[in-house]
Amino acid sequence: MSKVGYYPGCSLEATARDYAESLEAATELLGLELVEVPDWNCCGASAGHSLDHRAALNLGARNLALAAAGPQPVVVPCALCFNRLKSAQHELTQDDSWLTPEVAALGDWRGTQVVELNQFLTSPAILARIEPLVQRRLTGLKPVAYYGCQGQRPPEVTGHPQAENPTGLDRLLASLGAEVIDWPHKTDCCGASHAVSRPDLVAHLVGNLYLRALERGANCIVTGCQMCQANLDLYQAEIARGLGREVYLPVFYFTELLGLALGHPQAGRWLDRHLTSPRPLLATAGLAI
Amino acid sequence: MTPETATLPSLRPSGEFLRAGLAGREFNLAACFGCKKCTNGCPLTFAMDLLPYQVVRLAQFGQVEQLLAARTPWVCASCQTCLTRCPNQVDLPGFMDWLKEKLFRAGAEVGEARTLLFHRLFLEEVAKRGRVFEGSLLTRFLLKSGGALGPEAIKNARLGWEMLRRGRIKLVPPRLRRRRWLKGVFASKEARP
Repeated sequence: MSKVGYYPGCSLEATARDYAESLEAATELLGLELVEVPDWNCCGASAGHSLDHRAALNLGARNLALAAAGPQPVVVPCALCFNRLKSAQHELTQDDSWLTPEVAALGDWRGTQVVELNQFLTSPAILARIEPLVQRRLTGLKPVAYYGCQGQRPPEVTGHPQAENPTGLDRLLASLGAEVIDWPHKTDCCGASHAVSRPDLVAHLVGNLYLRALERGANCIVTGCQMCQANLDLYQAEIARGLGREVYLPVFYFTELLGLALGHPQAGRWLDRHLTSPRPLLATAGLAI
Repeated sequence: MTPETATLPSLRPSGEFLRAGLAGREFNLAACFGCKKCTNGCPLTFAMDLLPYQVVRLAQFGQVEQLLAARTPWVCASCQTCLTRCPNQVDLPGFMDWLKEKLFRAGAEVGEARTLLFHRLFLEEVAKRGRVFEGSLLTRFLLKSGGALGPEAIKNARLGWEMLRRGRIKLVPPRLRRRRWLKGVFASKEARP
């Protein structure tokens, strides 16, 4: 078992429990042991960078310092947490006078290697490990891979080599046997935290994503970000009503499909947490669970 | 005012804001040469009262009051597309944050009050527990924004029930073992220590 640091983030304790459960199961099947950063704190999210720059940097620095003591790299499943940690590291490297004495005393935050989970699990080395373990090929699933914003942009901060056209999830899904569909909206924005305060903005952005995915012939969407999953899954019936047409596009976490393809017995439990149930699609595709 | 018809009033340009107004921050605002890639790539221009390039231009001209009164910084979703595509690395999302923080610290009323309220309640969660308890955050937001009683109430209650039933709402609040450091992080009323 090789050990990897793990920063879950707040959503994975609640809204994105399906993501947490499926990623823990899938990494275990791949022989990876996730070591949770002890006593980690919230990354500050959109509220932190919007209203309190100093707090945002300190919240990030504390997590980085706590994670430095554990195994490297530290994988982060939430794209926004990933982005906040990388941004704090990037900005503090240029000017660390923002830190409070208590946070500065926690130790070095510079060397912590923060990696987004989907980039980590779609590296060539891990993909090579996955392929021989596939038990159920996902033939019949025609997903578009939806990466969202925060894992890629800006590349000066994220270090992403293909910020405008990431391909990791596409490659993973293809190696699981899915009939992946290419589309130009991989990194378009879903509206993120506007879901609560301005749901009309999210409906507009997500409605466009549905239409584009359906035009390309997709029958599901696969994401590696829990805000994207929530925005595309939770309000699907309502947004479809607004579009005046039928939309049925289950929104999977890539870790759920990884677990399903590797034959994990709990896959049905994760998927039953979705509001847009993937069961009818899986039944049609001959993948009933 | 829609973006298509937006016209700017006659200005008395001043470079003072870029020289001294940003209190040590910079955002490369002076480097903009007006290519408008920021605006063409922005997914939210349909809801903005100032287009992204207009925000930069007004900053170059020192028109701070107009920027502070705009909805645009609150509509921006920080998707980082403008910064990624900018040939001059103008950090527009960072500058939008700077404007929002300035209004927040001044205790100002803003047009996009719901978004400010959501962010403020979110930060209160973090300051108190060190992590966000989504159940408490959403309940408090609904109570304070009128969504718990207004026409949205039934929709919110239904969604809440559907999520609870599927185990997507946590009932016990998270809490860090060590929390004293949080005081220092959130105590200051100033942007800088």
